[in-house]
Amino acid sequence: MPGHRKTMAEKLLTVGAVAVILALWAAAAAFGWADPKLIPSPQSVWEAFLDILQNGYKNHTLLQHIGASLGRLLAAFLLAAAAAVPLGLASGYNSKIRAVLEPIVEFYRPLPPLAYYTILVLWLGIGNPSKIALLFLACFAPVYVSCVSAVLGINRDFLNCAYAVGASRRQAFFHVVFPACLPGVLTGLRTALGVGYTTLVSAEMVAATSGLGWMVLDASRMLRSDIVFLGIIIMGITGILMDRCLRLLERWLVPWKGKE
Amino acid sequence: MTKTMDTQNREEKPVLSLRGVNFRYTGKKSSVTALRDISFSVKKGEFLCVLGPSGCGKSTLLRIIAGLLRPTSGEVLMGNLPVEGPSWHRGVVFQAPTLYAWLNVRDNIAFGLKMRKFPQKKIRAITDQFIDLVGLKGFETQKPYELSGGMKQRVSLARALVNQPDIFLMDEPFGALDALTRQNMQALVRKIWDKTGNTFLLITHDVDESLALGTRVMVLSKSPGRILSEFYPDFTRRFLNGSGEKVRYLPEYIELREKILKEIIGQSGTAEDLPAP
Repeated sequence: MPGHRKTMAEKLLTVGAVAVILALWAAAAAFGWADPKLIPSPQSVWEAFLDILQNGYKNHTLLQHIGASLGRLLAAFLLAAAAAVPLGLASGYNSKIRAVLEPIVEFYRPLPPLAYYTILVLWLGIGNPSKIALLFLACFAPVYVSCVSAVLGINRDFLNCAYAVGASRRQAFFHVVFPACLPGVLTGLRTALGVGYTTLVSAEMVAATSGLGWMVLDASRMLRSDIVFLGIIIMGITGILMDRCLRLLERWLVPWKGKE
Repeated sequence: MTKTMDTQNREEKPVLSLRGVNFRYTGKKSSVTALRDISFSVKKGEFLCVLGPSGCGKSTLLRIIAGLLRPTSGEVLMGNLPVEGPSWHRGVVFQAPTLYAWLNVRDNIAFGLKMRKFPQKKIRAITDQFIDLVGLKGFETQKPYELSGGMKQRVSLARALVNQPDIFLMDEPFGALDALTRQNMQALVRKIWDKTGNTFLLITHDVDESLALGTRVMVLSKSPGRILSEFYPDFTRRFLNGSGEKVRYLPEYIELREKILKEIIGQSGTAEDLPAP
């Protein structure tokens, strides 16, 4: 439901569900239901957290690992947004531009990112450029697609009215098409950030020496499941936080969403 | 004709004229003729109501006049110039108010003037004037989604009015409103027509609406739309002259209403599209 705020009962249910999972986890560890190598106890994960916070993990502090991951993600995300929003809107507004760009996006969009990542690594090395390029491609497609469909979904009479009160085609684009598409654009950005984040972790698992994804993969090779758990929890929380930021942005930029 | 009509000095040169306008919708397999040989002209200050059953192509007609559709053949002239696309000279109000949710009431109304690059001060002055005229004072900073259907349509009206167009085109502007709001809006449009002396063309399927507003009622046939007949009622003046809603019970009003209804039912053979007499 648009604009729906969680009621007290729903908040309690959310908290309750999380609490049940944590309790099951604690119980599994406490009663020895599973090998601690496979399911580490909450305490050991907490201790791993404190340890890494103090001493870092393999030459990098925890914040450096998080920073490395988020830095790559944000750089690629912003580049993708800067490229895909104008190109997507232009493609929606002008069918010739769409005829050029759409087949390219349609071709690479369903490909698994790791399939072309190997090529990107060959071209750009295992450093940041190949990762940012990969994330850029991963983020570009959802933003582009949602921008195109946002423009195509505009009520024709929105534009007709603009023309009928004296707007030029150019003015109509900036004063009507762009704001009318903002809700769709923001939805695309949220999707892109999610897709980018999952791709990032896989990318760091293939070739990297820092970042959350690399930390998790490296720890799993040492059977340090406590660190694996810790990494996954940190990824989950940062993912939620980033989406929250975009949702706040959405509420601020498109207060009319779902109210028309 | 009432006294007011005689004392007003109306120019004889038509504001708008259509000559032999035909329109065909071409589909993949078949094509449908929506309008056949439509010719008429509208004089300055006239309030023309185009009345017809649903599917008679009356909305198509409005879009052609607005410049949003090109006729298959025939021509549309504004003064001496052919209509080649939408322009602020023809104000348009659609049935569904297409207000911009990202702008407040004032900015929605000022939109056209801003696009036409009027100076700020002038925009402010003109916008204020029309906000006042349509009764939106105090709502300037509201967002469209905070307004009721009637209020939204007031904004749509004012948005077209600020441009002071040569003619107003309205496509069933009150079709989606409840009966009471519709009557209020009709009174408002009548007041605006009277005050501004502007030319109006209103599309409707509602006989009462056409009689309550029009100085001229043009009846279109069921598809393909052709002009069946024309009437020149003067009830809208009587509404203004203080008779108010009582006009609707005058014998001559009821008589003309019956006559028009019969005309539409007679040619289509069914009353399904019309309000019950």
